[in-house]
Amino acid sequence: MALITYREALNRALREEMRRDDRVFIMGEEVGEYDGAYKVSKGLLDEFGEMRVRDTPIAENGFAGLGVGAAVAGLRPVVEFMTWNFALLAYDAIVNSAAKMRHMSGGQFTVPIVFRGPGGSALQLAAQHSQVPDPWYANIPGLKVCTPATPADALGLLKSAIRDDDPVVFIEGELLYNVKGEVPDDEHLVPIGLADIKRVGEDVTIVTHSKMVHVAMQAAEKLAAEHEVEAEVVDLRSLRPLDLDTYVASVKKTNRAVVLEEGWPVAGIGAQIVDDIQREAFDYLDAPVARVSGLDVPMHYARALEKLIVPDAEAVIRAVKHVCYLD
Amino acid sequence: MAKTEDEIMQGDLQGIPREKLMEMLRWMVLSRRFEEKTAEAYQTGKIGGFCHLYIGQEAVAAGAIAALREDDYVFTAYRDHAQALVRGVSSDAVMAELYGRVGGASRGAGGSMHIFDRDVNFMGGHGIVGTHLPLAAGVGYAIKYRGGDQVVLCFFGDSVVNGGPFHEAFNMVAKWELPVVYVVENNSYGMGTDIDRVAAVDDLFTRACAYQGKKAEQVDGMDVLAVYDATNRAVERARETSRPTFIEARTYRYLGHSMSDPAHGTYRSREEVQAERDNDAINSLVDRMEEAGLLTEEEYKELDAAVIEEVERAAEFAEASPVPGRDEIYAHVYADEFRGGLDRRDAWR
Amino acid sequence: MATKIVMAQLSPTMEEGKLLEWKVAEGDTIEASDLLAEIETDKANMDIEALGGGVVLKILVQEGETVPVGALIGIIGEEGEDISSLLAEAEAAASGTPVEAEPVESAPVESPPVAEESVVPPAPPATPPAAPEPVAPAPLAPVSPPVEPPPGVELPHSHAGESSVTGTVKASPVARRMAHEAGLRVSDIPGSGPGGRVVKRDVEAAISAGVQASAPTPPTAAVPAPAQADAALPVGPPRLVDETLEPSQMRKAIARRLVTSIGPVPHFFLTIEVDMGRILELRKAMNGRLESGKIGVNDILVKVTAEALARHPEINASWQGDTIRRHGSVDIGIAVAIEDGLITPVLRDADRKGLLQITTEASELVGRAREKRLLPEEYQGATFSVSNLGMFDIDQFTAIINPPEAAILAVGSTSEKAVVVDGEITVRQRMRVTMSCDHRVIDGASGARFLQTFKAMIENPLELVL
Repeated sequence: MALITYREALNRALREEMRRDDRVFIMGEEVGEYDGAYKVSKGLLDEFGEMRVRDTPIAENGFAGLGVGAAVAGLRPVVEFMTWNFALLAYDAIVNSAAKMRHMSGGQFTVPIVFRGPGGSALQLAAQHSQVPDPWYANIPGLKVCTPATPADALGLLKSAIRDDDPVVFIEGELLYNVKGEVPDDEHLVPIGLADIKRVGEDVTIVTHSKMVHVAMQAAEKLAAEHEVEAEVVDLRSLRPLDLDTYVASVKKTNRAVVLEEGWPVAGIGAQIVDDIQREAFDYLDAPVARVSGLDVPMHYARALEKLIVPDAEAVIRAVKHVCYLD
Repeated sequence: MAKTEDEIMQGDLQGIPREKLMEMLRWMVLSRRFEEKTAEAYQTGKIGGFCHLYIGQEAVAAGAIAALREDDYVFTAYRDHAQALVRGVSSDAVMAELYGRVGGASRGAGGSMHIFDRDVNFMGGHGIVGTHLPLAAGVGYAIKYRGGDQVVLCFFGDSVVNGGPFHEAFNMVAKWELPVVYVVENNSYGMGTDIDRVAAVDDLFTRACAYQGKKAEQVDGMDVLAVYDATNRAVERARETSRPTFIEARTYRYLGHSMSDPAHGTYRSREEVQAERDNDAINSLVDRMEEAGLLTEEEYKELDAAVIEEVERAAEFAEASPVPGRDEIYAHVYADEFRGGLDRRDAWR
Repeated sequence: MATKIVMAQLSPTMEEGKLLEWKVAEGDTIEASDLLAEIETDKANMDIEALGGGVVLKILVQEGETVPVGALIGIIGEEGEDISSLLAEAEAAASGTPVEAEPVESAPVESPPVAEESVVPPAPPATPPAAPEPVAPAPLAPVSPPVEPPPGVELPHSHAGESSVTGTVKASPVARRMAHEAGLRVSDIPGSGPGGRVVKRDVEAAISAGVQASAPTPPTAAVPAPAQADAALPVGPPRLVDETLEPSQMRKAIARRLVTSIGPVPHFFLTIEVDMGRILELRKAMNGRLESGKIGVNDILVKVTAEALARHPEINASWQGDTIRRHGSVDIGIAVAIEDGLITPVLRDADRKGLLQITTEASELVGRAREKRLLPEEYQGATFSVSNLGMFDIDQFTAIINPPEAAILAVGSTSEKAVVVDGEITVRQRMRVTMSCDHRVIDGASGARFLQTFKAMIENPLELVL
C-alpha cells in the first residue's frame, strides 16, 4: 500500500491503462505541454507523444465529438474537460451522440469513451465555475457515471472506466485532488456500479457520494462521540448504475436514512435514492427519509454565503438526529 | 454509323467509363424510385415520425460516394436514405428501417433519420444539425492514429455552416491534417429559410479559407459527373496526403423539408420548383449518355423497371418484417447486461 | 379498377385534415403526380398528389370540410366504372354503421396502421368503431365474506380498528411490521415520535416489557449479495429468469381463503417414496474415484432437488402479498441442527453447480453453521429448503416452511424394505420424502409433478444429465 493523492491516483490510472492498451489516448485543453490544468495528465506527453496526448483548441463540442468518432472507429479516448462546467458546450456530443449511437444503430456501434474532469463546488469560483453536474448525466440512459471520493476508488474506477465498452462520465471532485489515501500497489480495479460501505453502523444510513463522503464521515464520527449514534456511510461511487441493493439492504438494517448530496435538491440524485428506499424498504422505515443537499440557488462568490450553500457535517448531524427522534 | 457493343462498353463521358456511369445512373434512379415509394408509404401511415426526402439531390450522393473505396467511411445527416442506398445498404434494410421493423438497418430503433450499417461503414444518419461533423473528424483521427489510408466522407446541409461544430471540426481537421472530405449539400434552404436570409457569406465554400490547409471548391451538384470528379480528387488528396477538403455542391430539393412540410409556399414559389425540376440531374445524365451513344431508351426503361421492382420488393420485405418485441427495448443501450435499473423502478408496464 | 383518394397522413401528429381546395373536378382526366387537392394539416398547408392516373369519378368531401386521416375523400377510376360499393362503404363509414366491405385490391390503404404494425399510436380509424356491447359490471363480490382478523393480530397495511380521535394511529412502517410480528397492536403502544407516532423504539420497549407475543417466524429479509460477475459459473440449460407473475383471480381467491385457514402460510403435504438403489451405487462409484472429500447422500439430494426446481420454476417461487415471485436462481437452504436451534445456510445457484462443487461448498457452509460463523447473507434468501432427519432414523416427517419460500422437502431415512417389482417381492433401499407446500403458490398437482421429477432423477440418475 502507498499513501498517494487523488490526483496522483488518477495520473497512475491513465499511465497504467495507456501502457496496457495502445488504443487509449487522452485529449483536452492543456493536457499535454502544460501537464494538465490540474496536473492529472502530468508527464504523459513525454512518455506517449503527441498523437496519444493531444492538446486541443478550446472547443468542447468539437473535441468531445471528435472523441466519440474516434471511439466508434475503435480507439479508446479519454476526453478531459478542464472542468465539467465547460462540458455543457459538449452536452450534445455526450448525450445525443455518445449515449445514443449504440441504441440508434440497433447495437452495431460501440462507444468506448471516458469523459472526465473536475466537478462540484470549489472555493469562491462563483456561479459558473462552482456547480454539481452529476444528476445531469445520471439521468441519461446509455451513459455510466462514476464519482469517486478516495484515491483508491479514483484509481480503480478510472481504470474500469477506460476498459468499459460504454461511454463513461467520470466526475472528479475539484477539492479532492489533494486528498491522500492508501492505494494498493498491485493492479487495482473497482467495478462500476458497486457502492462501498465506508463506515459500518447500526442506527442510521447516510447515502452519499464524492466530496460529501468526507462530510458524512466527519458527521458520523461526531455522532458516535457525542450522541451514541452509529451511522453507516454508503458511498455510492457510481451514480449510474446506482447500487440500490447496497443502500436498500443498509436501510433495512438501520431503519433510518439520510441522503446527502452537494448539488441542487430538485430532481437531484438524492430524489432517486429516496424513491428507491421508499419503494423497496417501506416496511423497514422508522422515519421519513431526510435529504441534505446544496441550497437551491446559483453559487455565491462571498465565502460566507458559499459556506451556507454547501452542506456541512452540522447539517448532516441535525438530519440524523431528526430521523433518530433525538431532536 | 451505329457503334459496336465493344465501342459502347468502352466509351466514356469526360473520361468516366460507361460502367461507372451506369453505376451512378442506377444509384440515382434507385434513390428517386425508393423515395417515391417512401412518400406513398408515409402518406398511408406505414412510416411515422420525421421523414426527409432527398428527391432532386440524387447526383450529390451518387457522384460523391462513387469516388470511395469499400473500406472508407460515410457520415451524413438525417436526410439519409439515398446516401445509405448508394453506400450499399440494401433497399430491404432501408425500407424496413423506415417501417420500424426488426429487419431494418438499425433494427427499427433509428427510423428514417438514423440509418446505420457497420458492414459498409455507413456511420449514420445524425439528427441534430452539425453534430456529426466532429464525429467524422474523430474517425479521421482514428485512421491517422493507426496509420491507415482510408478516407471519411461527410455530408451535411447548408444550415450547418453557421453553427459552432462546423468551425470546430474544420479547425481540427485542418490543424491535425485528418483525411476527411466534407460535402455541403447547398440546396439554398435550411428548412423554410433561404440561406441568404441567415448567412453572412453565402458562397459557402469560401468559409473554408479560414482554415489553412483545407482546400475548397464549388461544384454543380445537379451534375453527377462534376460531383464525382471533384470528390475523386479530394479523396485522392486525403488518401495520399491526409489532408481535408471542403466541397460545396449546389443542388435543389424538389419536395418540402420533411414529409410534413409543403414543397413550396411562403419561402419559394411553385414556378421556382418547376424550373429546377426541368434541370433534373437524372434526365440530364440520361440525355448526355444517349447523345454519346452510351445508353438507349430501351436500356434506360429496363433499368428503371428493375429498380421499381427492387423497391416494390423492399416494401414487401418491410411489411413482412416483424415489429420489434419487448425484448428489444433495453437490448442495445449498453454493451453489457446493465439496464439502468429502469426495469426495477417501474413495475407497472 | 377504382382507386381511393384518402385524407393522407401528412405529418406525424396529424389526426384530421381540412380540405381547402380541390384542384380537380369530377370527370377530369388526371395523371400520376398531378395535384389533386390542397389540405390544411395541423402543421401546414399541403398538396395531395395523385398516386396513379385515371378519371376523377367522385368527390366526397367538399371544400372547407374537415375529415379524419384515412377518410375517403374521392374516387379515381375508369370512365363509367361501377363504384357503388365504394360509395356505400364511405356512407356507412360516415354514419358509423358497419358494412360488409368487399376488399378493394387497388386501394393503396384505407386505414391507418393497426396497432401491431407500429409502435407509434395509430391515428383514429376512418371507421368509428361500432357502439360497444353493454358490458356487465365486473363482479366485485368477494369469494368469501371478509374475515375479521383474529384478536390480537393486526393485518399489515390495514387500519381497521385503529381509529382514534385523530383518525388512524400514527406508526412508522417498521414499527407497524414489528408489532404485527410480535402479535401486538400499535394502538396499544404509546408513541414517542412526533405527534405521538409509534416508532421502532416504542415497539421494542413494549416487547421487552413482557407483552405476550405469539412470535411467529419473521420473514427472512433477503439481502441480495452484491452484484458480482457470475461468469465463472457454467451456463447451461435451463435458463431461469427473475419474473413477477400476476396471479389469476382464482389464484388470488385461493390465497385469500387459505391464508385465513391455518395460520399465515397455508401448508399442505405430499409424500413420495423413492428407490435409492441406483443413486447409492453411483455415489459409491464416484467416491471410489475421489481422493478426498466424500460426496454425501444429502449433497446428492441437494443437487437433485435443484435440478428438479430448475425444471419446475413454479415451485421455486414465493407468495409476495399480491404477486407471485418466480426466482431467477435456485438457492437451496440446507437445514442444519445447531446447539440451540436450527439454521439454514444457503447454497446459491445449486442447479448450475456440479456435485463436487456442491459437496465442497455445503460441507464448508455446514461446518461454519455449526460454529455459528455464518454471515447473514449466507443464511438468508433461500428459494427452497431441504431438511434431512434420516441420520436420526426418522422414517418420515413434515417440516414447516421457512417464508417466503414456498416449500420445504423433509427427507427421511433410507432403509431396506420389501417391495414388489415386476410381480416379485424383492428387497430394495427405499427413502420417503415429504414436501410441505405453500398452497398460495403450489397446488397438489404441481407439487406432485415436481416430486415425480425428483423421484425419476433419483431412480434413474441419467435423468440428471438429460
